[in-house]
Amino acid sequence: MADLSALKITIGPIPYLWSGEKWRDFYYRIAESGHVDAVTLGEVVCSKRDHFTRPFLPQVVERLTASGKSVALASLALVTLDREVAQTRRLAAEAPLAEANDLSALRLLAGKPHLVGPFVNVYNGATAKLLARRGATRICLGPELPASSIASIVAGAPDIDYEIIAFGRLPLAISARCAHARAKGHTKDNCQFVCGDEPDGLDVDTLDGQPFLTVNGVQTMSRHCQVLLNDLPPLADMGVTHLRLSPQDCDMVAVAAIYADVRDGRMNPDEGTTRLKAIYPAAPFANGFLHGVAGMDWVAA
Amino acid sequence: MELICPAGTPAAYREAVEAGADAVYCGFRDETNARNFPGLNFTRDELREAVAHAHSRGVQTYVALNTFMRAGSEDTWYRATDDAVAAGADAVILADMALMDYVADRYPEQRLHVSVQASASNVDAVSLLVESFGAKRLVLPRVLTVAEIANIARQVDCELEVFAFGGLCVMAEGRCSLSSYVTGKSPNMQGVCSPASHVRYREDGPDMVSELGGFTINRFGEGEPAGYPTLCKGRFHIADDDGYAFEDPVSLDVMEHLDALRAAGVTALKIEGRQRGKAYVAQVVSSLRAALLAPKDERPQKLAHLHRLSEGQRTTSGAYDKKWR
Amino acid sequence: MLLPRPLTLVIDRLPLALVQRVISQVFNRALQQHPDLFDRLGHEADKRFCFTPSDLDLAFIVHPVSRSIRVSRKSRAPRCDAGVTGPMLTLLALLEGRIDGDAVFFSRSLAVSGDMEAMLALRNALDDCSFDLPADLAGMAGPLAGPFRQLAELVRQRALAGLV
Repeated sequence: MADLSALKITIGPIPYLWSGEKWRDFYYRIAESGHVDAVTLGEVVCSKRDHFTRPFLPQVVERLTASGKSVALASLALVTLDREVAQTRRLAAEAPLAEANDLSALRLLAGKPHLVGPFVNVYNGATAKLLARRGATRICLGPELPASSIASIVAGAPDIDYEIIAFGRLPLAISARCAHARAKGHTKDNCQFVCGDEPDGLDVDTLDGQPFLTVNGVQTMSRHCQVLLNDLPPLADMGVTHLRLSPQDCDMVAVAAIYADVRDGRMNPDEGTTRLKAIYPAAPFANGFLHGVAGMDWVAA
Repeated sequence: MELICPAGTPAAYREAVEAGADAVYCGFRDETNARNFPGLNFTRDELREAVAHAHSRGVQTYVALNTFMRAGSEDTWYRATDDAVAAGADAVILADMALMDYVADRYPEQRLHVSVQASASNVDAVSLLVESFGAKRLVLPRVLTVAEIANIARQVDCELEVFAFGGLCVMAEGRCSLSSYVTGKSPNMQGVCSPASHVRYREDGPDMVSELGGFTINRFGEGEPAGYPTLCKGRFHIADDDGYAFEDPVSLDVMEHLDALRAAGVTALKIEGRQRGKAYVAQVVSSLRAALLAPKDERPQKLAHLHRLSEGQRTTSGAYDKKWR
Repeated sequence: MLLPRPLTLVIDRLPLALVQRVISQVFNRALQQHPDLFDRLGHEADKRFCFTPSDLDLAFIVHPVSRSIRVSRKSRAPRCDAGVTGPMLTLLALLEGRIDGDAVFFSRSLAVSGDMEAMLALRNALDDCSFDLPADLAGMAGPLAGPFRQLAELVRQRALAGLV
């Protein structure tokens, strides 16, 4: 039986476009949380958004580092433009610790310690091993992997750390086209940053009114919020070392506290789930991917 | 430019060769390729026969092994790769880096192509795969404009292949879990997108409703051209409107950019459609071959009829045109 | 394209037993000529498939694993796992792989229902099986063999003209 208390809690990058000030204040609060061990931040979804947060980045990194958090800067998930290539190169060259979310970043970070994010396809232990050889020290696995795959991946490359998304809407797809801008009558090139109007994503329902997906700029996310509170012991057993909480527009410090309480046995998972619902009532909860079924499903403990 | 053509069955393979393919791509009858559909694809024997037939006609065979190895079952992919090499595949088309590593290590002489599913969309990503695994050709994802393709071509040390006609992935390929979010089965892991096992069609008055995993994906009015029940081309309710949130039911056709793609340094044009019938393969391959040989002003006429074979009976040049974004 | 009205009237008035006899004959002959017809079906071979020509009052139910075909009036058709409905000539052209099933579906001249995995497997099995009805049925005897061959030729001409 693995030691549950060894599971670290990390905060993933904010997927949405928030104002610079809101973004900064969010991380200032995270810096004060005693439950968060590590933070990966930076714009992953759309390079056009970068200027909103860039002015605040140095002070945020400083504050988080000063409060003892391990900080990594995430690279863009979809890199096509020269500007984005240059941005990724700069990040790889300058960031003390970077998280690669595209093959380009993997090339640039080879030979020095780095993290690998959920947008790089790691589906088996052989790939994890290959990435570890190139300098990866922690891999945040993509959302669609079932527990059996996670266990096999960790077993195949056991010398590095593994992170899984334990809370938050899941990144499901990314496109060159911006569905968010399109929904509001704009194109990507003249988007007027309308994705900023929905700090928790834009709902997509079926024609029959079933809640279905969430659009976040060029990214499509799950409508459901992943909640793995019921699954912490098996995750620790299979060698997962970090739980990633992906920011939603809710009290993420409280979310981290619940995960820490359940991890440390101070709260049972059911109570934790009930408390989470009060903190983040906007989305139904799901854990299907981990259990090898449709990602939107909820498999009861 | 070479014309790379799809074959889901030996019959379609023969049609592709007959119709003027330079190379035909196909896959085994299992999850090792991204068109793992019921009744489709090749046994080991069928592949050997296809390779021999193609070689006798001066046509190449590429074997798609372009899903990601399921952890714990890697042997299925390694064995399929061994068999493709043994069958005489002129190239293997791969997406999983560990499988690329296997081929580079085990079969250094084997020509390695990188699948679109690997999602290498920029110079550094392409270079990583060329430097690390000796990739000779890379199939670019359908997220780039013609200018961006030219820009990459100038800076990389491998051939580039682009999709010219057929199905259009709206999302960056190899990075899409929409299907598994709804059905538990995905292109990357099971080689299926919006799998038939989860599709239902139902009549509702004059309308035809398509469902995936119990969710309404589209509702087609009487006589309205239909499309596949793929999530990214469904009609949804978004921002107070009902409509195509991501893309209409439509297929890709970038033949109007032919000269620009040639000038950009693109080596090969790929036709999507291993899941389509042999009649489709015959018609599309022969039409594109004719267009490649025709003077520019005669091309549209050679291709005009193809929209009738397309999803929603319409085509688009997708991301190749900047305005699509 | 629909069958000419006079022809459908004739076919619809034929005794069902006669139609059954002819269709079984055609079906068995096709299986003789293409013994590997159902190989691609795998476990879908145990499903029941219903082909319903929209221009005839007939339904054809195929059960691959027992290598049987049954004919019934539409109103009496048993429940099947998967079904396809469209003009008779379109169904025959699909059988021969002369037209692309997806394209016909996109154009809405074909409707499918039920188990799509089974339907797709059958479609792919048929598509790989080089049916050539006029050739396959040449030499077949019986009261309707002649008209059936004519029908097959008609399919061929229409398909080649891109009109099915």
